[in-house]
Amino acid sequence: MDRFIQNILKILNTYGASLWLGVKTTIFVAITGTCLGLILGLIVGGIRAIKLDYNASKPAKIGKKIVDFLLNIYIAVFRGTPMMVQALFIYYLLLDFIHWTYLQAAIVVISVNTGAYMAEIIRSGIQAVDVGQSEAARALGMSNWQTMMNVVLPQAIKNAFPAIGNEFIVNIKDSSVLMIISITELMFQAKSIAGSTFLFTETYFIEAMIYLLLTSIAAFILNAIEKKMNNTNISLPQSVTAPENLAFARDNTERN
Amino acid sequence: MPLVNIKNIHKRFGDLEVLKGVDFSVEEGEVVCLIGRSGSGKSTLLRCINMLEQPDEGVIEVFGEDIVHTKDINSYRAKVGMCFQQFNLFNNMNVLENCVRPQVKIHKTPKDEAKNKALLYLDKVGMQDFAHASVNKISGGQKQRVAIARALCMEPKLMLFDEPTSALDPEMVQEVLNVMRELANEGLTMIVVTHEMNFARDVADRVVFMDDGVIVEEGSAKEIFSSPKNERTKAFLSAFI
Ligand SMILES: Nc1ncnc2c1ncn2[C@@H]1O[C@H](COP(=O)(O)OP(=O)(O)O)[C@@H](O)[C@H]1O
Ligand SMILES: [Mg+2]
Repeated sequence: MDRFIQNILKILNTYGASLWLGVKTTIFVAITGTCLGLILGLIVGGIRAIKLDYNASKPAKIGKKIVDFLLNIYIAVFRGTPMMVQALFIYYLLLDFIHWTYLQAAIVVISVNTGAYMAEIIRSGIQAVDVGQSEAARALGMSNWQTMMNVVLPQAIKNAFPAIGNEFIVNIKDSSVLMIISITELMFQAKSIAGSTFLFTETYFIEAMIYLLLTSIAAFILNAIEKKMNNTNISLPQSVTAPENLAFARDNTERN
Repeated sequence: MPLVNIKNIHKRFGDLEVLKGVDFSVEEGEVVCLIGRSGSGKSTLLRCINMLEQPDEGVIEVFGEDIVHTKDINSYRAKVGMCFQQFNLFNNMNVLENCVRPQVKIHKTPKDEAKNKALLYLDKVGMQDFAHASVNKISGGQKQRVAIARALCMEPKLMLFDEPTSALDPEMVQEVLNVMRELANEGLTMIVVTHEMNFARDVADRVVFMDDGVIVEEGSAKEIFSSPKNERTKAFLSAFI
């Protein structure tokens, strides 16, 4: 046991800098991958959720069918194959055309992969928004697009926030498979350290602890954000008109 | 020429024919109450008037315009206000924002102007004090009054109400009906689907009784309530006395 701790301290001492680089890369890849994936998911999920107007033209209706079909294939492929395989395939597929770096490829792969999951998350978030509200928006004269942007998507994102946050935590962990294309994320760094020190147990123990720490911090932050989001609705208790309550409600809504 | 002019519309949902040839017209300034048992097609008729449902056959002209074939359905809808049984306020906006956002997005009204108008109409429905409240924290009657204010902010030339008080606790019904009475007195053209027979009796210029997808009988409130001619109308009304 003493030895185990000593070895761990030794590794931290000698390889602290490379572990730190691994942490930074992992965080960078997870954050950019989640954000770009979310944007992609919003676009894809939004397009799939759009119901064309009854008076839309024939070409528009056929076009929508084709687009939906292609998006379904995208989602099925990226959810149905391992990200490690996606990384290798896409990296080598495009290497000849765009001489890209491992890191660029990694960002693209994790974003496109996350996008497929986000699209499904956003779509179910959209479906959970009560249709009466979009109907009211249309009845007021809003276009499909205005209804989506002003009424449906803001609520869909709020509904989907826990699932979106979960994707971020998954990305912190699953970015480890991107070591297959040699980006210097935490898994890759740990593997090199273990390879040169032969202290396999100790190195992977440290790695596991770092992942646990990262995911715990992320979960803590996401929880705090979620709480805050749910609080933005506080204002009047049911039907109470007391002036103090009104002032309180006003303060709160204006700050948010 | 009538403001709303409907000729022989049919509407089917799959095999179910819900409107079986309805002729219906409304003059400018008129208040028409649509009554009839549940499932008789009242909501479908009302929803056809702003194209939330599309008729399978027939003609609907509103403001002299063929709205079944209009290219610009959104600017048409902006001229027609609609209030729903379930209020359908936007949950991601507070009371004021519910009234401001549609004006800004649809009429491109400057924000300040939209806000002033919103406060004016919220005041009219007695909800100005709640302008900054969340829509989840107000009562059903208050929600429906906000929904009315939101519709009025668009300056509609015609208002459609689909059972605006049916989802309300009894003690909140009157606060909503009072607002609607006021609008009727100001001369707004209104079509109201309702089970509030006292309201219909007091306010309606004309009462239309629907049953099984057709208009069975129509006339002044007095004619329909005091001396209905059709057996089906009599049977329906007797349930309310
Ligand atoms: N979107 C829909 N799809 C299928 N059936 C519908 C739809 N909307 C209404 N219906 C049916 O049409 C009939 C008339 O409905 P509705 O117009 O809502 O009647 P009312 O408002 O008089 O109660 C009912 O049998 C109802 O089930
Ligand atoms: Mg109905």
